[in-house]
Amino acid sequence: METPEFTTENQAKAQKKLSLISFSGDFDKLVATFTLATGAAAVGYDVNIFFTFWGLNAIKKEQGRAFVGKGFLPKMFGFFMGGLRSAPVSRLNFMGFSPKIFRYLMRKKNVATLEELVEAAKNLEINMYACEMAMHILGLEKSDFIHEVKGVLGVATFLDLSEGGRTIFI
Amino acid sequence: MTTFKLDITREHCPMTFVKTKIALSKLNAGEVLEVILSEGEPLENVPKSSREQGYKVLEVSHVEGLIHRVLIQK
Repeated sequence: METPEFTTENQAKAQKKLSLISFSGDFDKLVATFTLATGAAAVGYDVNIFFTFWGLNAIKKEQGRAFVGKGFLPKMFGFFMGGLRSAPVSRLNFMGFSPKIFRYLMRKKNVATLEELVEAAKNLEINMYACEMAMHILGLEKSDFIHEVKGVLGVATFLDLSEGGRTIFI
Repeated sequence: MTTFKLDITREHCPMTFVKTKIALSKLNAGEVLEVILSEGEPLENVPKSSREQGYKVLEVSHVEGLIHRVLIQK
């Protein structure tokens, strides 16, 4: 007698899960993160994104440079890091000029911009989480993030959530 | 039978799939989405991933040149 849970089809279904660790906070790497996340969600994957360290900038409510964070040092750091709109590219940033060029080229070539990808991620109900430890260092609270962020997690919970799927660190 | 139309011929990955998925999620059961798409990845994967997600692909037909039409029922 066939045992349903061991069929290839059921195994494939069980593994249709993608978990992304968004660490870098760079414009280009965020584009990669949200492209993979939205594409996977659109073809039926269950998608989790765990934002940590620089990655947390992408989910701040304040998308530009703002004094976000508790305490003097976190506030200053928060200002220099900025949010989604101030994300630098990982190479040849040219003092923040390159992200502007990228946004222009993406619009001109009809490729989804970073902001459009984030909006799509919200519409596709992708699970977004923030790293508790990095938030603590940077003096950030859950209320500093967009409301689509489902929760604040540590490593153990992330491992539970990502189990049975694929995990990518960006 | 109500049919909604979506043209993704000018879109690129991942928005081809994303726009199809979002459009399908807004339909009621039984309604049909007509997707106009290009050859290559959209034509290969939009019908396939729709089937995998439990939607019914009623028709895949050639329109002209590189353009194709896919009818998907929710």
